[in-house]
Amino acid sequence: MAERSFKTEVQKLRLGAGEEFRGEGILAVTKALLESGVSYVAGYQGAPISHLMDVLADANDILAELGVHFEHSASEATATATLAASVHTPLRGAVTFKSTVGTNVASDALANLASGGVTGGALIIVGEDYGEGSSIMQERSHAFAMKSQVWLLDPRPNLPCIVAAVQHGFALSEASRTPVMLELRIRACHVHGSFVAKDNVRPAYTLKDAIERPLRDTSRIVLPPASYLHEQEKITQRWPAAVQYIRDHGLNEFFAEGAQDFGIVLQGGMYNNVIRALELLGLADAWGHSRVPLYVMNVTYPIVDEELTRFCAGKRAVLMVEEGQPDFIEQQVNTTLRRADVQTRVHGKDCLPMAGEYTGGVMLQGITKFIEQVAPSLLEGRPLPRAAKPATTPVPAVKEVHPRPPSFCTGCPERPIFTAMKLVERELGPHHVSCDIGCHLFSILPPFELGATTMGYGLGWAGAAALNTTETPKRTLSFMGDGGFWHNGLTSGVGNAVFNKTDNVLVIVDNSYSAATGGQDILSSRADNPIRATRNSIEKAVRGVGVDWVRTVTHTYSVAEMRDTLREALTTPVKGPKVVIAQSECMLNRQRREKPAFRQLVKSGQRAVRERFGVDPDTCTGDHSCIRLSGCPSLTIRDNPDPLRTDPVAAVIDSCVGCGLCGEVSHAAVLCPSFYRAALIHNPTAWDRFVAGVRRRVIGFFQRRIERRLAGIAS
Amino acid sequence: MTGALSEAPRTINIAILAMGGEGGGVLADWLVDLAEHAGWIAQTTSVPGVAQRTGATIYYVELFPGAAPGAPKPVLALMPFPGEVDVVIASELMEAGRALQRGLVTAERTTLIASTHRVYSMTEKTAMGDGRVDADALVAAGRAAAKRACFGDFARAAESAGSVIGASLFGAIAGAGCLPFTRAQFEDAIRRAGVGVEPSLKAFAAGEGLVVAPPPPQPVASAMPEPPVGPRLAPLASRVRATFPASAVPTILHGLLRLADYQDVAYAEAYVQRLDTLRDTRGCTDRLVETVARHLALWMSYEDTIRVADLKTRATRFDRVRGEVRLAKDQLLDIHEYLHPRVQEIADTLPAGIGRWLLATGWARRGVERVASKGRIVRTSSVRGFLMLYAVASLRRIRRTTLRFVEERTRIDAWLAMVGGTAASDAELAVAIAECQRLVKGYGDTHARGLANYNTVIAQVPRLNGHPEAAATLRRLRDAALADEQGTKLAAAVAGIGAAPARIPVTA
Repeated sequence: MAERSFKTEVQKLRLGAGEEFRGEGILAVTKALLESGVSYVAGYQGAPISHLMDVLADANDILAELGVHFEHSASEATATATLAASVHTPLRGAVTFKSTVGTNVASDALANLASGGVTGGALIIVGEDYGEGSSIMQERSHAFAMKSQVWLLDPRPNLPCIVAAVQHGFALSEASRTPVMLELRIRACHVHGSFVAKDNVRPAYTLKDAIERPLRDTSRIVLPPASYLHEQEKITQRWPAAVQYIRDHGLNEFFAEGAQDFGIVLQGGMYNNVIRALELLGLADAWGHSRVPLYVMNVTYPIVDEELTRFCAGKRAVLMVEEGQPDFIEQQVNTTLRRADVQTRVHGKDCLPMAGEYTGGVMLQGITKFIEQVAPSLLEGRPLPRAAKPATTPVPAVKEVHPRPPSFCTGCPERPIFTAMKLVERELGPHHVSCDIGCHLFSILPPFELGATTMGYGLGWAGAAALNTTETPKRTLSFMGDGGFWHNGLTSGVGNAVFNKTDNVLVIVDNSYSAATGGQDILSSRADNPIRATRNSIEKAVRGVGVDWVRTVTHTYSVAEMRDTLREALTTPVKGPKVVIAQSECMLNRQRREKPAFRQLVKSGQRAVRERFGVDPDTCTGDHSCIRLSGCPSLTIRDNPDPLRTDPVAAVIDSCVGCGLCGEVSHAAVLCPSFYRAALIHNPTAWDRFVAGVRRRVIGFFQRRIERRLAGIAS
Repeated sequence: MTGALSEAPRTINIAILAMGGEGGGVLADWLVDLAEHAGWIAQTTSVPGVAQRTGATIYYVELFPGAAPGAPKPVLALMPFPGEVDVVIASELMEAGRALQRGLVTAERTTLIASTHRVYSMTEKTAMGDGRVDADALVAAGRAAAKRACFGDFARAAESAGSVIGASLFGAIAGAGCLPFTRAQFEDAIRRAGVGVEPSLKAFAAGEGLVVAPPPPQPVASAMPEPPVGPRLAPLASRVRATFPASAVPTILHGLLRLADYQDVAYAEAYVQRLDTLRDTRGCTDRLVETVARHLALWMSYEDTIRVADLKTRATRFDRVRGEVRLAKDQLLDIHEYLHPRVQEIADTLPAGIGRWLLATGWARRGVERVASKGRIVRTSSVRGFLMLYAVASLRRIRRTTLRFVEERTRIDAWLAMVGGTAASDAELAVAIAECQRLVKGYGDTHARGLANYNTVIAQVPRLNGHPEAAATLRRLRDAALADEQGTKLAAAVAGIGAAPARIPVTA
């Protein structure tokens, strides 16, 4: 089950017409889907839309009441192909995933879906993982909308606008027979706000209807000659129908249209920060009343030429606020105005940066630059806000601030795998390491610094495919998570390696969850899941596609076993693909389950043992080898209590979960004897107390002898 | 919507800089709940993503007055604008520095509330010596940049209340009076959340207290104080006070205590005798005495299995572990040690002749290696485990005959001879040589690596002698030796002074 539970929040999904809904953006999207009469929802988790998947999973009962089918898709391609249900039928369907990575995976299905078009509304909710906090390559979903001719919604980032975008998205899709993408940026997904709810709608036409009375129409299937007609249809019918719907329903918004002879054209998602920038320049107020004309594109593809030319006509200049690159919209704006022979000067990437997120400071500087060019008098009479100009004074204490990227959690079972790999490299020298997407990718950062490339989710082994030659006995090592394995790695990596007779090594990190995305269950999860089939063995799957050399390590914390297994895989004379499955449960999820259970056990008076590690400061010499082989957040440093030493000593803080890695490392790497494991026995039994009493007496006797020896040295 | 702008009240903007999993989200939620119940409009955004895995992240909250039903809704920003933040909360000191770096803290507007405790960055933690950044510089920069800065150890305040830092920081916000809400309104928000209410309220009060009545700054000890010594060391201590420069006395007394504790009073006396010789050397400075006193004490109390067993069996150690793991009265404690004595360490603990024989004799060595190939877990809290370590500690009586003792004595004497021999010509270089002892520390591989680095660095001394920059160069070499485990920087630094990047092997 997922890391965060929405069991209480999902009750908000039952709110009826007129009631106020308060919560996160992503929860509002779910509610809007139900209000729109959706029949099925699918998707693949990943920030920033992981919570959407988790909300849907926790709301499965509510969905079932409304006859809505919900799937955790195997991949984004699966999710998008799921929308095929809406090709011939009036079923409304929605899918969701992280973009652009998910959209990349989905693009085959997306192109096929877009070619034939849809009958029922098909909505693709993409979490645009761009800018600060993003974990992926910086690209835009916009390109996918353009290449496949699907419409792209980019609503103003507040709950009522996001909810309206969902509802209009379905209607627009149906009106133009085209799938619609709804783009939500990271902060919009997590923005807290409110909107007035409507009643949920149970779809009139159901999945049952679609199955029992199947529909087919060969003109909707991507096969010549229909596929040629599809392309024509996109241009001659679907596009104009979409533009008509957008205009009729006022999806794009005009503010203060005639206030000046210049204006700003912006993506809906940029609206709040544009208004704040204008407010700081004295050109708007807190309620969004602007003194500068604004044309807000809540639909960024297609562009409605008539609206754009209407806005620009009679204006000297407009500023196009378009985040990311290439500047697709700005190019289109220029083309449109040129074709219409409107002479308005188009600013955009000359005032704002071509690449990178439009953070507050960037936005303010860009808009200031534009206003200074077109109407400097508007800025007179008041000082510019501090951030309107690039900072000139150096920032103090910069060298004291280190980057702090995400890392493995306390007690993470993946860390010992990389500790073991570091130890193997001490013996065998450096190896080419191909990484994958998932928490295990943190291995590229200190203290491990392992890994040369990462080519995408599940593509860890594929990323090392070329490095396959009989000219050297040295092997490459690839990593893949269980999530990536089931997403596509089984075929793209393992099957590929078998077929191409590789001699290299793959480590599958099996922590029982799609952990990096928030701990969702996958096929090989060990937990029982009432709505999914779990406990499907990775080892069986790997053997099934033809790998004979498979080793499963069921306790990754055994660094010595892990090290020996990796060494064997890298040096065995056996030829052919070699797979090591490294299994231990994600500690974040395990603690979420075990901590309350432990507290309950203690509370009920039963014997319970909690383990944690510690470091004896008087034997620690402050070399920190242990930290360089671990990097655990609970293993840190503190002042050396020894007056003669200055280097800080290692220390274990109370957040330690007693995973055992510290002890295993000090054994396997022959570090130092400073680590101890403390077992705290709660509610000891009478026998425990008796044994402890005997020990106290015997040990006490000898400890008094030690004290006598030391007496009179210190005072 | 054209024309005149309304004279709207301004938003109150709050940025919370935290690390994933620290409860910054809970703090943001409390702020939203607090504001909404007080009739304000509140918006919070965050970037969870993978930042939740201990990475630095920002929660951003905007508050706006007047949430009447049907009233127009303000447009709130989704991220902080530099220079436009009223309250910056940093859940850790380096994160406060990050807020400065991002331009969020300004003297016109910003109240900075930051916890002074440190969660060290990976760079700081993995340094082979002391890689910690200057905390005072961060505090000073914060004070200089903010309109008002409230620093305090809010982590400790929360911990002693049995709660999380979010609660004490929430109290600090209340205490700083930078939001238009009453203390009771703050507390009600905690009560409404309903999770861990009592500890949270306690931490809230503690955090508030740190801001309203900050504790007076700790006086910084300028010099090391003299440690009190017991009657058995009193004569030696008097001799030290009478014959050594005052600046070196505290260090030497610490050395006495350490070595008497390590071996016996006679060993402490031998320490003083070695220092006597140094002090009487031509060119010896007070600073050299103090430096050598420190490093000689450390070297003479090198870590061997006897010392480890000794320290691990003491009653004071048992007490310390109990405190560290916060053992409650009704709980019992088991302590397990992770020990891995290898053939080298075993030979080190044997009389020198036998130890050398063991290392040099193939079959014997292999036999012991087989037994010692795996680490052992010893339960010191059990009678058996305790007695085993107690027995090892008892080997202290034959320590002076052991292989390791003999080897260390040779090394120490060579080091002292080099220090003494250099003092007359270049006192600063002599100090730098003395400081190189810092390279030799730890056990097993760590010790072997340290010793090899030490030998490499020290081997350059003859070539540096007489050079005006000799001390600085030697210190650079020492720092290079602490820069990486592979010795890459050291080899480069050695090559940089024109020598072959020789790595002198560990010698017996």
